[in-house]
Amino acid sequence: MRRFAELFAALDGTTRTGEKVAALAAFFRTAPEPDRVWTIALLSGRRPRRAITATRLREWAAERAGIPLWLFEDAYPVVGDLAETISLVLPPPTQDTQRSLSGWMAELARLGTLEEPARKAAVLDAWDRLAGAERFLFNKLITGGFRMGVSQALMTRALAQATGRDEAELAHRLMGDWDPASTGFAALVLTQDPAADRARPYPFFLAHALDDGPDALGPPADWMAEWKWDGIRAQLIRRGADWHLWSRGAELITERFPDLRPAAMALPPGTVLDGELLAWEGDAPLPFAALQRRIGRRSVPRKLLAEAPAALLAYDLLEWAGADLRARPLSERRQLMEDALASGDRIRPSPALRFDDWAGLAARRQAARTVGAEGLMLKRRAGLYRAGRKRGDWWKWKLDPYSVDAVMIYAQSGHGRRANLFTDFTFAVWEGEALVPFTKAYSGLTDAEFREISAWVRKHTLERFGPVRRVVPELVFEVAFEGIQPSSRHKAGLALRFPRMLRWRRDKPAAEADRIETLRALLSRG
Amino acid sequence: MRADVLSLTPQGLRCEAGGFHIDPWRPVARAVITHGHADHARPGHGAYLCTPEAAPVLRHRLGDVRIETLEYGLATGIGATRVSLHPAGHVPGSAQVRVESQGAVWVVSGDYKLQDDGLTAPFEPVRCDTFVSECTFGLPVFTWPAQQAVMAEIRAWVEAAAAEGRTPVIAAYSLGKAQRLIAGLADLAPIRTHGAIEATTAVMRAQGLPLPPTEPVTDPKAQRGRLVLAPPAALGSGWLRRFGPVATASASGWMRLRGIRRRRGVERGFVISDHADWPGLNAAIAATGAGTVFVTHGYTGVFRRWLEAQGYDAHILATEFADDDAEEEHDG
Repeated sequence: MRRFAELFAALDGTTRTGEKVAALAAFFRTAPEPDRVWTIALLSGRRPRRAITATRLREWAAERAGIPLWLFEDAYPVVGDLAETISLVLPPPTQDTQRSLSGWMAELARLGTLEEPARKAAVLDAWDRLAGAERFLFNKLITGGFRMGVSQALMTRALAQATGRDEAELAHRLMGDWDPASTGFAALVLTQDPAADRARPYPFFLAHALDDGPDALGPPADWMAEWKWDGIRAQLIRRGADWHLWSRGAELITERFPDLRPAAMALPPGTVLDGELLAWEGDAPLPFAALQRRIGRRSVPRKLLAEAPAALLAYDLLEWAGADLRARPLSERRQLMEDALASGDRIRPSPALRFDDWAGLAARRQAARTVGAEGLMLKRRAGLYRAGRKRGDWWKWKLDPYSVDAVMIYAQSGHGRRANLFTDFTFAVWEGEALVPFTKAYSGLTDAEFREISAWVRKHTLERFGPVRRVVPELVFEVAFEGIQPSSRHKAGLALRFPRMLRWRRDKPAAEADRIETLRALLSRG
Repeated sequence: MRADVLSLTPQGLRCEAGGFHIDPWRPVARAVITHGHADHARPGHGAYLCTPEAAPVLRHRLGDVRIETLEYGLATGIGATRVSLHPAGHVPGSAQVRVESQGAVWVVSGDYKLQDDGLTAPFEPVRCDTFVSECTFGLPVFTWPAQQAVMAEIRAWVEAAAAEGRTPVIAAYSLGKAQRLIAGLADLAPIRTHGAIEATTAVMRAQGLPLPPTEPVTDPKAQRGRLVLAPPAALGSGWLRRFGPVATASASGWMRLRGIRRRRGVERGFVISDHADWPGLNAAIAATGAGTVFVTHGYTGVFRRWLEAQGYDAHILATEFADDDAEEEHDG
């Protein structure tokens, strides 16, 4: 674990991309092979399952540290990270260990099979052998919340540097459903395995936001436009005798969408589609919340299948008749896709929008919400299907968000880098003479603003509930959001999609914040 | 606070029987000062009383004010009270204030640490009935590594930065922390210093503290790779950019927490503090034998509850030294 902890310290101590890549590449050249595989797995989001509940870990840590649980709980928000809090309160280790990262991962898997007393003994033993960063990392792994501030793309670049392999090819190889415990470094990175390849998706091509409108993009005839749907970006693989559905987060979600199976199996083997998963009824998508009910669960009850039937609106054809089409122009891929898919099916092409000039397209964009979309996608007809977020050929041109002016009524401190600062706020609007809370938001302001607001919160606290403080209802913020739905679970009777703070309205007194009627009026437009 | 030896007034902590205040934050006639940090030694008082070791820095920071000094351990009568100063171990010259009035003994800790930094007279426990203790780091996550170990970490880091062609810059408070590093890293002398640190260091050197030579930064780009010390505020400024490639670090108890290190935007944190850590606070309080403890600046709510559970009669003293749970304004 020491080698891995050193890698972590090197990555954690710099914000320079070049240094991060160099540290990772050095690790990939010199670390034991099983540790390399685990590092690839961890940095591509393949986290181990949480072996022990956070509640147990807190209790054991407090007990071992000889402090009451309340004291542990009060220290946690100051540290802002559970794994770190545990590692800091524990006494220094009295034993040693030479166990490697992969050895600890095997130990974590074993923990999951033990009865609780044995599990506790094993965790206490680990805590007594690990110090500093190693203990912190062990806790991160055991709580299943491992992140290292390195994107998968950066990790892939480092791996390419270390092995001399092509970066795009590596990105492809690392996708799919492989188990780090049983996969060798050579098999994963170096040698070809046709069976494993069959379920493997391609790296997704991601768009950049178009901030200044399309005028600078050149002749409209070079571009195609389609709706930007608000669902789950997915890749459908139809190869051999099977089909697979991958989310953009490289999660295999085939089992959760049995209603797509007939249409998927009707595709000829050797087909890969990129598209958007939506809950779809008739000619229009259902709100995102309907789809959300289906993602959280492994199996889908029949009732839910009927209430939120799924559709895949295909954007692109990446493979056809077993041939990789990504290096062919979009216009060609698109034509093949439209020929292959029927428009009324559960798997159908996302319609291409006709337009003659940018002004005409801008007008279509304004109507996006009426068809249940969140804006437009613009794609260069001659463009290839590239890997990752690349500038130039794909642009997302989203609608301006909705926004209201709301009053902050509760504040809570943030986590990690923002522990000790108040960053999570609850907002309210007026209903008659009362303020009704309607959303929480925790992003959109600068660190300097959060610092200033934190100082204000400390001086204007009315009541404390653990880490949450009720504050004087005085500060007004413009809160933006992408969508709004009725909700029986929320006090205001509505739920927002992607709420965030747009700006601090220092100019506005609380009395001039928006009223609940403003939100209700948006509700009817959905 | 009860009508006791000390009580809280808008000006600060006041001793009625003696007619003086301790580290008052608004102007008073007569102030007893524990040490020279800005939140303890404020301008505008009629008369100041501190240790002879603290006086030069006070004079340097406050200008031409009326300062009387009192040696550690010697008692003097002020009004109807006996007052004496005792080593607090925080920074050179820092003191705890013992006040005896009508048979009751109160001690105000000021800021303190139990670690011996090699430069400051070490903390001495003073028996008392009532102890007013700071608790800047009053949570069990704050425990300090040995100073030797941290100095070794710093040396290795300085060497690595120099090998990469970067200038290592450590943010350290200009009174106390900076001199502790200058003395503890004597083998790296002359360490280069920001003007604010150089000025305070010169004052302390002149009063006889064993401080190795330092070198004020005049040409930032010269001597790339040599260690530079700067006050925390200088790290976010244009001053730093003139050095070319740098490696940044902070030396503070707050560096124990990864989130705070990242928020301060330094690449490396060295856990070295002039305040007591959790075991230190508990040991210091126990050693006073006090039954009543007032806690001030730091995690007062949590620490008070903890002390109460340990059997103390514990209270919070709402001073203006630093905010409740804010670490921003207070040096670590």
